[in-house]
Amino acid sequence: MTAPFPTHKQEAWRYADLDALKPVWEQFAEPVTLTVGAGGSLEEMWLPVAGDVQLRRVQMALEDGARARIFALNAAQHYGRIELEISLAQGADFELFAANIGTGLSTNEIVTNVKHVGVGGRSRQVVRSVLNGKAVGSYLGKVEVARGAQQTDAEQSVKAMLLDRGATANCKPELEIFADDVKCAHGASVGELDAMQLFYAESRGLDPASARALLVEGFVMGLWDSAEQADAIREAAREALRRVV
Amino acid sequence: MLDISNLHATVADKPILNGVTLHVPAGQVHAIMGPNGSGKSTLAYVLAGRPGYEVTQGSASFEGRDLIAMEPHERAAAGLFLGFQYPVEIPGISYLQFLRESLNSQRRSRGEADLSGAEFIRVARAQAELLGMDAEMLKRPVNVGFSGGEKKRAEMVQMGIMNPKFAVLDETDSGLDIDALKAVGAGINRIMRSPDKGVLLITHYQRLLDYVEPDRVHVLQAGQIVRHGGPELAHELEREGYAEAAA
Repeated sequence: MTAPFPTHKQEAWRYADLDALKPVWEQFAEPVTLTVGAGGSLEEMWLPVAGDVQLRRVQMALEDGARARIFALNAAQHYGRIELEISLAQGADFELFAANIGTGLSTNEIVTNVKHVGVGGRSRQVVRSVLNGKAVGSYLGKVEVARGAQQTDAEQSVKAMLLDRGATANCKPELEIFADDVKCAHGASVGELDAMQLFYAESRGLDPASARALLVEGFVMGLWDSAEQADAIREAAREALRRVV
Repeated sequence: MLDISNLHATVADKPILNGVTLHVPAGQVHAIMGPNGSGKSTLAYVLAGRPGYEVTQGSASFEGRDLIAMEPHERAAAGLFLGFQYPVEIPGISYLQFLRESLNSQRRSRGEADLSGAEFIRVARAQAELLGMDAEMLKRPVNVGFSGGEKKRAEMVQMGIMNPKFAVLDETDSGLDIDALKAVGAGINRIMRSPDKGVLLITHYQRLLDYVEPDRVHVLQAGQIVRHGGPELAHELEREGYAEAAA
């Protein structure tokens, strides 16, 4: 049986394009579940797949001392949603590096729920959005630190770049902490291209359009620096950026 | 080569340059010295075309072309290079990619063919080595995590790669230790000392001029050139200070 169809009243679906979602709901509603056993490690690349509407729902469990690192690119032409619920047992380590790249009237969103259950877990989420036209890019990131999950170290860094006036970025880090010895950092910014960087690039001979493209590329590409096999995601991101810049 | 005549410029409607006249012929190095706030960096930015730096009167031409009418990237393609006082960081883009795209963009606008990746890397490595910079640093994002001195060295590596006809160097000597100063001075001489090239060297201090001897020294004060002289003027300024020398 399929899960009930979501509504905008549910916080995690507030910015979703439900009209676009409806026809594919049956197909994608069931989350994929993954477990990384104690001491194990996992590195995943989530690239856009074919189709105007793309939904990826994942539930992941990291057992004691397990590590997971996810690199994700969300760049659907119409509606893209990456949804991840992850629990971290003692000493588990989780990193997410994700981008929303949107153009036209598209909506792309990344929704995470990171649950620190055990002591000494570490999570780091870095999300970058590049949006033009009337595109919407969202990050809703909830971090829960359970009672007893002391020495949790959770970090969220969210930045969006709006290339047109009509584009919208939603950044919503959310913390729910029931332990008293934890570190939970979060930062969010929405901006435009840096004028001094543009001038520097142009003074070296890049025409304004190329300078702009290069700076936007830099804004996103830094995400994949720590990936072992980054070629595919780099190429997919460049492809998506070509449509945006 | 570079002809500046009665140049007036404002930044945020505030007048900074109040009639600068300066002529740098090919084959010469000219130094501009002056106290803080005299307009030295503004002059450099105006010549390179930084947005927000408005020319309100006068002219600047480069090899007979009206510089002020050109976009920053057109000035670069014409052979003008600005060495920044504060080189800018660009995360996510390696120096190699940044410089290759910049150089090829210049070459295309001059009707020249692109350099291949291999050719470019050969040139970049050679220039880094000549400036005493570890070529591995060129794989890192532009200026990110570079010390003040490394950034200035990297500016000179860029200049070596671009091989411009004319360089405006804005306080390239600031933040350098003695060894770096020597390396940068030698770099300027090697890259730019040539009968068909010119340099405008902006500096507070005489010490860089020990390594790059200027043909002429100009003193800028309150947006105007108040004195001209030969290399000896730099020594006089160093001895007596700007207030005395300009009086």
